Amino acid sequence: MTIETTTAGILALIAIMTLVTVVTRFGGVFLMSFVTINPRIESFINTMASSVLIAIIVPMAFSGDPGSVAALVVTAVIMLATRKPLPAIAAGIVAAGGVRYFGAAIL
Amino acid sequence: MAYSYQLSFSKVRTEFFRLLPISFFVVAFGAAFGLAAVQKGLEPLQALLMSATVFAGASQFAAVDMWGSSVSLIPLMAVVFAINSRHLLMGASLYPMLRDISPGRRYGILLLLTDANWAVSAQDYQSGKRNLEVILGGGLVLWMAWIVGTWLGVYFGGLLQDPKALGLDMVLGCFLLAMALGGKKSPRILVAWTIAAVSSLAAWKWLPPNTHVVVGALAGGAIGFFWLEKASPAASEAGEERQT
Repeated sequence: MTIETTTAGILALIAIMTLVTVVTRFGGVFLMSFVTINPRIESFINTMASSVLIAIIVPMAFSGDPGSVAALVVTAVIMLATRKPLPAIAAGIVAAGGVRYFGAAIL
Repeated sequence: MAYSYQLSFSKVRTEFFRLLPISFFVVAFGAAFGLAAVQKGLEPLQALLMSATVFAGASQFAAVDMWGSSVSLIPLMAVVFAINSRHLLMGASLYPMLRDISPGRRYGILLLLTDANWAVSAQDYQSGKRNLEVILGGGLVLWMAWIVGTWLGVYFGGLLQDPKALGLDMVLGCFLLAMALGGKKSPRILVAWTIAAVSSLAAWKWLPPNTHVVVGALAGGAIGFFWLEKASPAASEAGEERQT
């Protein structure tokens, strides 16, 4: 099934995208309301939460260019050393920009 | 029925300003999206409407990538759902706090759920702080930044010639990584992260596109399900708060 990108069609597509996204925002909480929170579920939730971050970042590093990898490595090192997010993130961005700038200059 | 979690509106304001710095980067991405959207034939107001109602950057980029004189509905819905399916897990992880506020507020707040404000709330929860205000206040500033960025993009084009050359495409990745590493680390967490990393890579390589986040997160969560820590500070604190 296809929708023509007329004005009405585009509005319908945006409405459908909104609906699908709201289902993802509400769905997890809605389903959890049928689950009894015991220590095991609590433990699952806590481990799963930080695993979401890892599962976003690791493929990003593996699919990225050297600049992306440098950004993540530098952020990780500074974060582990200082435990301050803002300097870690800033250093990561600078690393990505630097590697890309000098990488492009060499090539 | 009384709900034990009282949203503090002064804290909502604090969290709004806490996420203001990262919101400036969100403006840059919003501009990139606005530009991509008008190049694919969306009217400026349509792109703005999409940013305001969908408010999920990666899926919006993917959607306008599929734009043409017509759009196939099922593939579009599948892509949007797959990219945004991480919201299901993110929302679920907030449930121990969200169940303590009324359903109206619970689902209202969730409309603003996105990666950055969720990462802050999840990290706070790990260190024993219950923070739903960042979902609301932080979400609000991120949402406004996304709309302002889109508006700039549709009317003035991309703000920067090449945001990637400045490393700006890595802001969110570095932010999420810093949040993950700032949390509690234990042998159990490190094993879970290793499993999550390996499974997300395997899914990214061999499973359908955009499934890797959910696969990796569930695999990491399984470690927590089978390997319980003796006393989790966040859990016991939450339990005490509920009793009082």
